[in-house]
This record gives sequence, C-alpha cells and structure tokens, in this order.
Amino acid sequence: MNVDVQTLIPLFVAVPLGMSLLVQLLARHRHVLAEVLTIITLLLLALMSCYSVGHSGIYHLGGWPTPVGIDMRLDALATLLLLAVNIVGLAVSLYSVDYMRRFTARSHFHSLFLLMVTGMNGVILAGDLFNLYVFLEVAAIASYSLVAFGCAHEELEASFKYIVLGSLSSALILTGVALVYGITGTLNLAYIAARIAETGRDTPLLLAFGLFICGFSFKAALVPFHAWLPDAHPAAPAPVSAMLSGVLIKAIGVYVLARLAFNVFGITDNELSLLRWLGLLSMVAGGLLATGQKDIKRLFAYSSISQVGFMVLGLGLGTPLGLVGGLYHLVNHAFFKSLLFLNAGSVEYATGTRKLKHLGGLNRQLPVTAATSLVGSMSIAGIPPFSGFWSKLIIVLACIESGYYGFATAAVLVSIVTLAYQLKVQRMAFFSALPETLKGLRREPPMMAVAMILLALGCIALSFAVLTGLREPWLISAAQQILTAGIFGD
Amino acid sequence: MNASRKLREEGTGMGITVKTVTRWLKGPILLFGIYLVLYGHITPGGGFGGGVVIACSFILITLASGERAALSLFSKNVTSRLDSAGLLIFLALGWLGTAWAGAYFYSNFITTPEAAQFTLLSGGIMPMANIALGLKVASALFLVFTLLSAFKIVERELEDLPDPADQQQEGES
Amino acid sequence: MIYSLCLLLILIGLYGVVVSRQTLKIVISLLIMNHGVHLLLLLIGYREAGSPPIVDPSISIAEFAAGAVDPLPQALVLTSIVIGLGVLALMVALCVRLYERYGTFDVTEIRRLRG
Repeated sequence: MNVDVQTLIPLFVAVPLGMSLLVQLLARHRHVLAEVLTIITLLLLALMSCYSVGHSGIYHLGGWPTPVGIDMRLDALATLLLLAVNIVGLAVSLYSVDYMRRFTARSHFHSLFLLMVTGMNGVILAGDLFNLYVFLEVAAIASYSLVAFGCAHEELEASFKYIVLGSLSSALILTGVALVYGITGTLNLAYIAARIAETGRDTPLLLAFGLFICGFSFKAALVPFHAWLPDAHPAAPAPVSAMLSGVLIKAIGVYVLARLAFNVFGITDNELSLLRWLGLLSMVAGGLLATGQKDIKRLFAYSSISQVGFMVLGLGLGTPLGLVGGLYHLVNHAFFKSLLFLNAGSVEYATGTRKLKHLGGLNRQLPVTAATSLVGSMSIAGIPPFSGFWSKLIIVLACIESGYYGFATAAVLVSIVTLAYQLKVQRMAFFSALPETLKGLRREPPMMAVAMILLALGCIALSFAVLTGLREPWLISAAQQILTAGIFGD
Repeated sequence: MNASRKLREEGTGMGITVKTVTRWLKGPILLFGIYLVLYGHITPGGGFGGGVVIACSFILITLASGERAALSLFSKNVTSRLDSAGLLIFLALGWLGTAWAGAYFYSNFITTPEAAQFTLLSGGIMPMANIALGLKVASALFLVFTLLSAFKIVERELEDLPDPADQQQEGES
Repeated sequence: MIYSLCLLLILIGLYGVVVSRQTLKIVISLLIMNHGVHLLLLLIGYREAGSPPIVDPSISIAEFAAGAVDPLPQALVLTSIVIGLGVLALMVALCVRLYERYGTFDVTEIRRLRG
C-alpha cells in the first residue's frame, strides 16, 4: 500500500483527537469499547510512525503558503520521537486495560490518554512556534488530570504541585514566544531561523532564548527545575507514570530544547556549556538522591532525572558523536524507563505496596515482571550488550573526544551509582527471601504481561541499532544530522 | 416550560429582583452570544468570545435561580455530549478539506464570489467552524461551572480526618 | 517603558506564587502572571495611532496594512486566554478536592510527600 507521507502528517494529530472525542461521546459507560478504541488508535499510530521512517516533508495546513500559514514538519528527528511515543503508548494502553480495572470512570482515563498522545504528536510535528505552545499545553493539561486520576491524598497533592510549576513554566515559555515574535515578526520556525541568522543574536533574543531554556527545563525536569517530578511520577497510576517518565518529559522537554537550540536559534559555546552543566548537575543530583529512596517508584523517578541529565550532557557536547549519544539515550530511556515503571505497577498491583522493605522474593511469584525488570535494569545500568551500555559508552567517548575529562569521569561514576540503585531494587524486590505476607500472589494478568514483554523486546531490539556502526546507529544518525545541519534550510 | 417556571419560583437562588431581571435579560444575552458567533468572520468575536457569552446566559440562570433551573434546560449528560460533538464537527470540517476538495486539512474549499464579500454568507468554512467552536466553548464553560458549583464545602471536625503524622511514621519518604 | 510594566505584573504574579500560603491565592497569582504575559503579547502588536484590524470595503489593502494594528497577537492572546481558562478550572477543582481530603487550604499543611 503506497500512501503519500504528506497525507499522513496531520493524521498523527487528528486521529487520536477524534478518537478521544468519540470515546467521550460513545463509550462513556461502555468501558470495553473505550479500551478497544484506544488500543486500535495507538496501533494505527504506531504503524503510521513505522511507515514514516525515511520520509520527510512539510505540510501546509489549509493550503496557505509558508509565511502566512501554519506548517507541520516531518524529518528524521521527528520520526525518531514519533516511533518512541507511539510504540510506548501502544504498550501502555495494552497494560492499562487490566491495571485500571479497579478505578471507576475508565473511559475518562482513555480519553485523557489519547489527548496526551495528541499533544505529544503535535509538539513533535510542529513547524510553528505558537502551534508548538498550544499542543504543549494540550499534553500538559491532560497529564495534570491523569496524575490526579485516582483522587487519593498523594495524587492530589502531587498534581497540585505539578500544575503550579507547569503553569509557571508555560507562562515563561509564552513570554519567550512573545519576545521572539516581537523581534522577528514571524512565528514559523524556519523563518525565525532565517531572520536570526540575518540579524544576529542581540540581547532581547538572548533573553527569549534564556526564557525558553528555563521553561523547557521545567518540562524536562532538569535540576534545579525538577521539584515536581519526584512527587508527580510516583503518585500517578502506573501506566500514567510510564508515559510521563518515558515519553512526556522528553517529547515536550528535551526534544523541543534540542530543536530550538540547534535548529532555530543556533547554538554557541556559552549555551552549550550551560547545557553541559545542567546535565551534569541533573545526573549527579538525581543519581545520588535515588540511592536513598525507600519507595520503588520514587527511586525510578529520581533515576529519570539522572538519565535526562545524561541526555542533556550528550546534547550539550555539540559534536556529532555527542548528539548521537544523547538521542540514542533518549530513545533507550523511553523504552526501559517505561518498562521499569510498568514493572513497579505490576508489583504494586500484585502486592499492594510500593515500599522496598516490605517486598521480596518476587522472582517466583511474578515471573514475567521479574524477567522484564531484569532486562530493564541491565539496560539502564549500562551492562553490555544491552542498549543502555552503548548509549552511555557513546556519551563518555564523546566527552573524552571533546576533551572534557571531568564530565566523562562524572558520567562513568554516575553509571556506577545507577548500577548500585538498580541492584538495590532487584535485590530487595525480586531476589531476596519471600516474606510471609506475600505468599500466594496471583500472577500478572495477561495484557500486562504482553505489554511488558513488548517493551522488553523493544529494549533488546534497540541494542541492535549499533550494528550499523558505533558512530552511526541505524535511525539515530539521520536524526543527529538534522541537528548538526544547524539552522533550518528553507 | 412549566417545570422550569416552578423551579424558578422555589426558594433557591437569589431574591425576586434578580430573578425578574434575569428572566428579561437571559434571552437578549443568548441572542447576543449567537450574534457574535454567527458574524465572527466579519466583525470581532468568533467562536471563543461568542461561546463565552452564550455560557454566561446559562450561568446567569444558575446564579439567579439555582442550578436545577439551568440543568432542567440542558442536563449535564446532554451538555457533555454537545461538547464532544462540537469539537468533532470542527475536526470533520478540517477533514472535509482533504476528502472533498483533495487539498489540505482546513483548506477553505468553499469560495465566495467577489460580490458576496463582507456579507453574512461569505468566508467559506469559517462560519461553520465558528458555530462548532461556539457550541464547544459554551457547553464546556457551562459544564465546568455546574460541576464546580456542585462541591458543597461542609465544615467538619478536623479530628475526623486521618492523622497525617501516623502515616509518616512508616517511613513515608 | 510599557513593556517593563508588563514585566512588573509578571513578577508580581511570580512573587504571589512563591509567597502565598493558601492554594487559592497561588491560583490567583498564577492568573495575574498569565494576564501580564498576555498584556505583553498584545502590546507587541501595537502601532501608534493605528486603526483596528477590521477590513472595510472602502479601504485598499495596502493602506490597511500600513495603518492597522497587528491582528496576529490578538488571535494568540485569545487562544492563550482559553488555555488559561482550562487550566484555571482544573486548578480550582484540585483545590476543592484537596480541601475535602486534607481539610485545609494551607499549603504548609499539605505536605505528605517528602524526601
């Protein structure tokens, strides 16, 4: 079937939006219909993302030519992120069929979930600055509601903290958009890039860029803007945590930061060094804070902060190898962190607790969870030949190649700390002796097992990406070239 | 209409002056909102502003006569379905741009003749988009107001609530 | 000069978010911050002695483009106001639910999550 990729581009946004409304309209009380519609939508989106590998294009909404109208661009970087978002979304929607059975109002969950996927797809494909802001808000508002979904004490408190900090950062981003519009007179990303290349970057543009870095660092949870993440991600239901930690902070945080820094504003040494230091701070702070946690999901949340630090360090190096490392780690982390959060959710589903000291010996009781969490832990800790090892190796090599021996040493040390806390989770939750209270647990329901196995296979498949060469992993080198090409061509 | 008149005269809502003035004004306010939506492509206004004014007329009824009077006109279920339907119509308009005219999403496939510019029946798909948006915004705002006003905060003894200090002893961190 | 007043409004909102002890006051301060940003965005489109951006059949397009205020920031602010409305509704609903659970509007007492 040969479909022109141009027609697919708006469907990435229109299909989940339409399905979300259909779920609200038709399946309000028929939860099974809602689940089926969600899974079909995400399967369709995943297939569309796989089809768009290797293609690119610009779609003019409404047929209006470029400076007047709103564009949506698809290039290799967008394809990479779309694959990550939609495949992880498919796995999470399969998982949430069984996990959400104990909640009421399940159809609202699926509706909000599809809205969040709409927002993320819209941010990834946006070619216009204000369109990016609107889809960012759509995804963010859906995620605020999803974090508070269970309406228990901690979920409400975490969601309140998240929504206040999220609104603050959105106001900062809108101020940046206002300043950029005032100076360049256009909102189209390619035209902004051209104007900035002509006029140079004087002070108001630097202020706008600084505001963007602050605002998107809030969304990406870089230290010192991370305060909402350790509360929001554990308190949310497990499928929501997996989506938030796995794809949301990257699609609306790290990706937009990279896009604006490299393709629109044009990055200089000062800003690269700022990104490197932010990355280093996040890596170290997240890693050290994760070792002392007693709650399994809170540990994974701090670990997310640390891994985002790795990504931003890789992006902040600016060299092609560094960009490859950062992007590869982004995709890897999407898969293995979602897998780890789904495992934590499965543990909580079976045992009813998240505290590590009450768990133990789940290797026999929950075999699928144990096996997939072993795959996930080894990936994130960087044990060869899993995917995490390759991405961290590339980042360390890129640091050494650029001459930053201090950053490379820190990266290696934080990897060791990552291994330490992952081993702590594995030992305390899975390998130790089974306490009396946990005998005779049910196994995981089949849909949850299918979802976890899907993500584990994805992790293993990603480690084969380096087969085309360490400097040019399969899809990621194309994405990296988009970033190193500098300001947008047309 | 008799049921809503009875509800309006019960002991809910505000005093008799407010109720009388509301009874006169809710029609013109609703009409003004519809005018803003329909003429949105020629004069300032459009879906958002017009939708807010339409919602305001319903909110006025809620404030003056209690929420049961407003809900008897449009129940929560109906409003919620109108909400989703409004946005679906907007999406369908966009999709028609590709399906019918073979062009892009949201392309303006209805052209207006030169003589008909600046009149009501001009502007291509924009009036329909405005109507869909007005429907969506009005029903969404009314629904938000009704649902938020359904929370009745009752003063409770604070001893009835679970003590946070107990849970923290378990090493909540 | 006018832009620095907008910035002052944004900073007042930010101060309110940081200092307020009650959840509803935090919500109102966020609203003030949003108002400041919208004002900034609107004023960027302003032109001295400009006419409203409504096309009249009697004016030519070139005259209109030279004399009218920029209409794009007005559309951006309209969209942003509606987004802010959605977030406001969600925040107020959260505040009310928090009161139901914790019994207080005071942020210093809603501190179960720590560490």
